[in-house]
Formats: sequence, C-alpha cells, structure tokens
Amino acid sequence: MKYDLIVVGGGPAGLAAAKAAREAGLTRILILERDKELGGILNQCIHNGFGLHRFQEELTGPEYAGRYLAMLEGTGVETRLDTMVLEVTPDRRVCCINPRDGYREYEAASVVLAMGCRERTRGAIALPGSRCAGVFTAGAAQRFLNMEGYMVGRRVVILGSGDIGLIMARRMTLEGAQVLACVEVMPHPGGLTRNIVQCLEDFNIPLYLSHTITDIRGSGRVEQVTVAQVDENRTPVPGTERVFDCDTVLLSVGLIPENELTRQAGAQMDPRTGGAQVWENMETSIPGVFACGNVVHVHDLVDFVSAESERAGRAAAAFVQGSAGQAGPVLELQAGQGVRYTVPQKLRLSQVEKNAEVFFRVTRMFGPARVQVRSGEQVLARFARDRMAPGEMERIAVPRVLLDKADAEQALVVEVQEETP
Amino acid sequence: MRELTCIVCPKGCRLKVDEAHDWAVTGNSCPRGAEYGKAECVAPTRVVTSTVRIEGGTHRRIPVKTSGPIPKKDVFAAMALLDAVCLQAPVEAHVPVVRDILGTGVDFITTRAMKRED
Repeated sequence: MKYDLIVVGGGPAGLAAAKAAREAGLTRILILERDKELGGILNQCIHNGFGLHRFQEELTGPEYAGRYLAMLEGTGVETRLDTMVLEVTPDRRVCCINPRDGYREYEAASVVLAMGCRERTRGAIALPGSRCAGVFTAGAAQRFLNMEGYMVGRRVVILGSGDIGLIMARRMTLEGAQVLACVEVMPHPGGLTRNIVQCLEDFNIPLYLSHTITDIRGSGRVEQVTVAQVDENRTPVPGTERVFDCDTVLLSVGLIPENELTRQAGAQMDPRTGGAQVWENMETSIPGVFACGNVVHVHDLVDFVSAESERAGRAAAAFVQGSAGQAGPVLELQAGQGVRYTVPQKLRLSQVEKNAEVFFRVTRMFGPARVQVRSGEQVLARFARDRMAPGEMERIAVPRVLLDKADAEQALVVEVQEETP
Repeated sequence: MRELTCIVCPKGCRLKVDEAHDWAVTGNSCPRGAEYGKAECVAPTRVVTSTVRIEGGTHRRIPVKTSGPIPKKDVFAAMALLDAVCLQAPVEAHVPVVRDILGTGVDFITTRAMKRED
C-alpha cells in the first residue's frame, strides 16, 4: 500500500499538516501516533490561552486539539494509534510497530515529521544531590496530575521558569499543594510574562531569578533542596544558600526536539535549533520529507505550530502533485548579532510568494530595537520592535520584492540593531 | 496609577490604569486589554481550569473549565466543588458538571469528549 503522505506524530503539528494536505487534494494520508489517542501534548495542557491567533478565541489544550480532530473527521485520513515509528528512510519508506499489526513497512510519496519535543531531564542538567524519588519534569507531573489522576507532591520547588513549570506552579497550588519557590538560573524568566503574572504573582509564589538548586537531599523521597544565587557565569555564590523543606522538585529547564528519526534518515540538522534544517516550505534536505512544529524548533504558542504545519502539509501535497516550483536562486539565512537561530535556514526564491516568513529567537532581552535583514552591506528590510525576549519567538515577513535584490552569493543575515537612547 | 501586565493574550502588554479617571487604561494594544485593565482593578476575575474524576474512560480524569470568568476571590471555593464530582464515560465535550458555581451563573463544563474504554 502506498500512501500519498505519512505523518509521523498525531499532536498539533501532525494534525494540522494532515488537514492541510487533505484540503490540498491528497487522499491517502496516514497518521502514525505512539500514544493511545491523537492530540499529543495538548491533551494534558488543560489550561486556557490556546487558539487566540488560530481561532480568535481562548481555548484549552483539549479543546484546541478537538477543533483539529473535528476538521479531520470524515475526511478519510487514516490513523494508527499505539504505533511507534522505528525508521524513516530517505526514499520515504516508513517502518513502524504496534501490538495489533506487529512490524509494518509503508511506502509514502511524501513524509511529514511531526514528532514534537521532549523535556530536558535531571541528568541532562547534571543536577546534584541524592537520587531520591520526587524529582519530576514538569510535563511528566502534568500528565500524572491532569490525565492519570495522581497528585505528585505537597510541598514543591520548581527549577526553571519555562511555561510548563509556571503553569504547573498554578495547577499544583489549585490542587492544594504549596509551591515554595520557582528558581531560575537566568536573570530573566524563561516563560511568557503573562504566565509569570497569572501563575506566580496571582498566588504569591516567589520567583528567584539568577538562582539555582545546588543540592537535593532525601532518603527514599525528596526532603530538602538547597537554592543559591549564581553570578554572571552561572556559578553559585557561596554564602547565599537557603534551604527549602519540600517533597517534590519539578524541572522546567527546556525542551529538546525529538529527532532520532530525522537524524537516522540523514537529514541535515541545525545544531542551534536541535531540529532539521528546513527550506521556506518546511522541506528538509531530503526531498519529499518535511518537518514542522516543535521537532523543527521549540515554539511558545501552538497557534504558530499549526500555521507552520499547515504550510508543511500544503507543501507535501504540492510535492506529490508535482506542482512544486522549479529550482532557482537559493538564499542562505544566517543568524547575525543578537539572533540565536532562524527558521527556515534556506530560501528558494522561486518558492516565495508575497513574503518569506522568518522565525527566530533573540539571544537576550532587548528594549527598543530594529531587526534588520542584510545581504552583504545592503540592508533589505528593517522591522521595529519595542522589546524582544529570548522566551518569545519573533516573526518577520520579508517581502519577495526586497528579497529579489539580495545577492545569492552572500548569506542573508538577520540581526538586531539596538536603538541608541 | 496602577501598572499591570495584561494576561488576556500571550503578548503581555504593560498596562497603566488611572484610578482617578474612571480606570482609564493606556498601554493596551487591543480593546480587550482595556477591559481587562479596568476589571483587574475593580473586580478581578479568572477562568478556572481543572479536572474531575471519570470512571470507565480512556483516562482517570477529564478536564473541565468555568464557562466564563468567575471572581478571583472565589477560585479556591470553586475548585473545592469539583472534589465531589465523578462522571461515567462516555462523556461529550462542553457538558456542565457543576451548575451555577457559588451563585455566579457560571458552570464548570467538560473541555473534551471521552470514550468508554472497557
């Protein structure tokens, strides 16, 4: 059986890609999902705030997923649940396994990789102390609490101020736990400002910026953690330690795109995003293999995951239908001063319609500044911003007419110019 | 003058609310921000999301939310009402599970459907 499109992952990215590919005319579409239902991480994100861009309304995670499930209903898009993809080959064979069918191989005219990301763990950040129970990643705790019905702790310290950690601070508080502190090693919060306000400030949970956990103690279960201030090199400052009596530590210390399949397939990776390098249409370096959502770069908002993934789905359809445009000049994007990465990493000019959308993150907090797009010495476009923060993804739309002036021999540099006060 | 961060959308505008002039809001980039700024100073409200027990479903908990904002001071009392609730799968999305929370006229409703799993 040959499919027009196989989508690896049935979370928000996979659902949006499948929907868009179906609307663009593909009929034989298969979504492979390793969990027992579609929706991915949205199923455990029971809080609201999703969908303001995509649906102009404030939805909870399950409601947002529900919208896409409803759009896919009756379209003939197939789904295999409880199915783990083992390999995607460069010639687009997809090998997978599940308890019902055993091992299967499917051929696909196009593939969308939408595996999302996973949480950085205690081991990944070398957090010292006893190896006792009670140390969870925030997302694992969220699944225990919101879906499986386990209260993970009563007295909680949260390390990291990423959005999931902040959301869990509120959630644990509402469920009767005491959240003693949220500890962030950087001098600025990792999550969205509104989550600092509505998840910490609303409940008087102290946020310790430029602090970290230097010790976890407990026999069997967490009993105490030591928190200390850090200097500008993130080294703990002796004499600043304070001890919290607690039974639980939640980690919200970053997300890592889950790209084992992508690497195995041989796609070119970007070490800065942790995801595949992609073209303007979300195609990886392997023709016909696309990637979208958190597997490409970690997003803050699911709305932008959906938009990106719908582009990937449409591009997969164009590839299968043979309507993808001719090759032409290629522009390579480069993250310049103040910019950590860009997505896409490369543009095929002939594929850009009115605008090329470029997503990026800044390296630090900026006040009033200009984002500029430069080809050699020539500045092609400037975008004013009041403020930018590393925790918030930025987006610029560079008009095609300006890109046409770029020198294809030179990298297209995206950089931040601070406004001098 | 009170300074607030708007929580209506992820943008997080810095609002200034002028108590002396009918809670006039500046710094907002949409009308919802102005509304939020005034409400936050006069009578703050929140939408509350949580879960309730469900038996016979895909999972042991099903998510719920308040069908509208409720007074911020009532949030913990509203949460306590959910402890007594236990649903039986299957359940549809947007079904009321607690009606008229503390006389506010707002209900707790499910935010997803859940199939029966035997």
